[in-house]
Amino acid sequence: MTSSSVRLSAVTKSFNGTDVIKGVSLDVKKGELVVFVGPSGCGKSTLLRLIAGLETPTSGEIIIADKDVTYAHPSKRGVAMVFQSYALYPHMTVEDNIAFALKIQGRPKAEIRAKVHEVAEILQLDHLLQRRPKALSGGQRQRVAIGRAIVREPDVFLFDEPLSNLDASLRGQMRVEIARLHRKLGATSVYVTHDQVEAMTLADKIVVLRAGLVEQVGSPMTLYRHPANLFVAGFIGSPRMNILPATFAGSTADSVRIQTAQGSLIIPRKDVSKPASDKIQLGLRPESLSLTAPGAEAHLTGYVTLIERLGGETFAYVTLKEFDCEPIIIKLDGETAVHNHQEVALTIELKRAHLFDADDQALGHAPDFDPAQV
Amino acid sequence: MFNDKKIGSLYVAPFVIGFLLFTAFPFVASFVLSLTDAQLQDQLGSANFTGIQNYTEMGRDATFQKSLGVTFFYVFITVPLKLAFALFIAVVLNFKLRAIGFFRTAYYLPSILGGSVAIAIVWRFVFAGDGLINQALEMIGITGVNWLGEPNTAMFSIILLRLWQFGSAMVVFLAGLKAIPEDLYEAADLDGASRLRQFWMITLPLLTPVLFFNFIMQIVQAFQEFNGPYIITGGGPLKSSYLLPLMIYEEGFKYFNLGYSSALSWVLFVIIAVFTAIAFWSQKHWVFYAQDREDKNGGAQK
Repeated sequence: MTSSSVRLSAVTKSFNGTDVIKGVSLDVKKGELVVFVGPSGCGKSTLLRLIAGLETPTSGEIIIADKDVTYAHPSKRGVAMVFQSYALYPHMTVEDNIAFALKIQGRPKAEIRAKVHEVAEILQLDHLLQRRPKALSGGQRQRVAIGRAIVREPDVFLFDEPLSNLDASLRGQMRVEIARLHRKLGATSVYVTHDQVEAMTLADKIVVLRAGLVEQVGSPMTLYRHPANLFVAGFIGSPRMNILPATFAGSTADSVRIQTAQGSLIIPRKDVSKPASDKIQLGLRPESLSLTAPGAEAHLTGYVTLIERLGGETFAYVTLKEFDCEPIIIKLDGETAVHNHQEVALTIELKRAHLFDADDQALGHAPDFDPAQV
Repeated sequence: MFNDKKIGSLYVAPFVIGFLLFTAFPFVASFVLSLTDAQLQDQLGSANFTGIQNYTEMGRDATFQKSLGVTFFYVFITVPLKLAFALFIAVVLNFKLRAIGFFRTAYYLPSILGGSVAIAIVWRFVFAGDGLINQALEMIGITGVNWLGEPNTAMFSIILLRLWQFGSAMVVFLAGLKAIPEDLYEAADLDGASRLRQFWMITLPLLTPVLFFNFIMQIVQAFQEFNGPYIITGGGPLKSSYLLPLMIYEEGFKYFNLGYSSALSWVLFVIIAVFTAIAFWSQKHWVFYAQDREDKNGGAQK
């Protein structure tokens, strides 16, 4: 037995001549929760449906639990899926919904009953077993949909944007529940979402997709700290990373000197080779910027144009002097005294700064980058 | 000069006048007539009130009893057959096939031509002794059947005419099939349910509201079938296709027994009403609605 539970090799998928998946290779280890994330139309749902067998790949190979299932029927793949719409059978009770797959398999009645009740208990659905889906709240329906997947004891769970039909507070709650369930069952799961918060909080491994291609694969913190390109940098993290134009002005083994509209900066960065174009981009996360403390060095200056107070934290939008770019966002403590039009000096946590070349690819690596962890 | 109320009344007037004149009045008049011995050729008002005599007469009328039996036979055979056939074609036309739009139109065509007099006449030619069917049979060396001359096959020919008009029921079924979310089938696919089981366990239950609607419509229409027997078989042979609507027509306009004919109409009306009522009563046992009353209170709670 290998440690890999799902393996995609050079999988492509075209619909009517349009390439939706353009060659994806991927390994999902046993027990891992992998999240496919990306903007609408990036092919993440199609990829999940290919694994489920609801679509057939145009080329490539899909292996699940060491079996080639590329062209196997969905029911023969050992996968169970939780649909975005829940896809509960509306005319059946919760009990019948959960029992459906087992009934189809022709399992004995007593066994079905026992299993359904066991699952219902795990998901706290015991008191709802005789209800029909329409008499359930969104969160309860979601749990029934999960229950229907669990009862089959599949090799792999597939989740297709399972929380997107829930309101914000319920979504948070269900997210925690899914994480708890994954820890408890330890089952291999592939989870599709467009919500980067879901991706960050749930995933063992995130796969960022764009236009049918994998942009980067890694643990949530790897993607956050070491985005391979501007797309991943912008997609992971909220508020988004600020991007400032800069010019490459030379590098050493462990740093890069750049020129910005407000002067030059030395950015700690390793493995940097000289970019093809001197035009580069400086990426600064809102939390790696702060108001310059007395006595500390100021890297940037500007004035505040908007303040968003969220209670525990405050987002200040700062228009930088001399720069020709959008106002940048900085994340401050909730109690920080700032006001509109205030002139501010900003300090950059330089070792957390990112650099991208003119083609949006990361320029070198952050000082704490460890290739073994990727 | 004109206020809103007057203008509004003007707009609804054509319907109201038409309804009063051609629906409400005949409805009431036929009931009054059914309690008299009115004859078609009589002066208005010369009929005698005879109470329920027309209705008790039916108990002794062998023709009526034969017609009633034939009518029930016709309805009980055509309605299930037609529903099953319409559903079957709808399921087929719901597949994602090339040129599916063409096939949907083609299959609906008979219903547009449907039960018209012209088609009934065509039907007569097709089933006649030297008609199309027998000629075709002859070409392959089979001796034809006297379709319209034999009691069994005469009934068969008018049953077939009704089955042929499956289009409207099919279109309603097709709309119902389209309303069933695709992901239910995908979920069932993952659960390993075969196509046949998906049909029985998902499609059919979710289609019951549409089935119910079609059932009522078909029952009502079948009990009122007139063109087929009138034009193709004339009710014969030996009254074997003498459906009640034909008898009502003949009693009234051939034998001029307007009173008796009206009473027969009312019996037919009551029969249809009873069947419809039974269908409505029974629906709680077999019709599934996505939103129904019982669960509104039990309702959703976050």
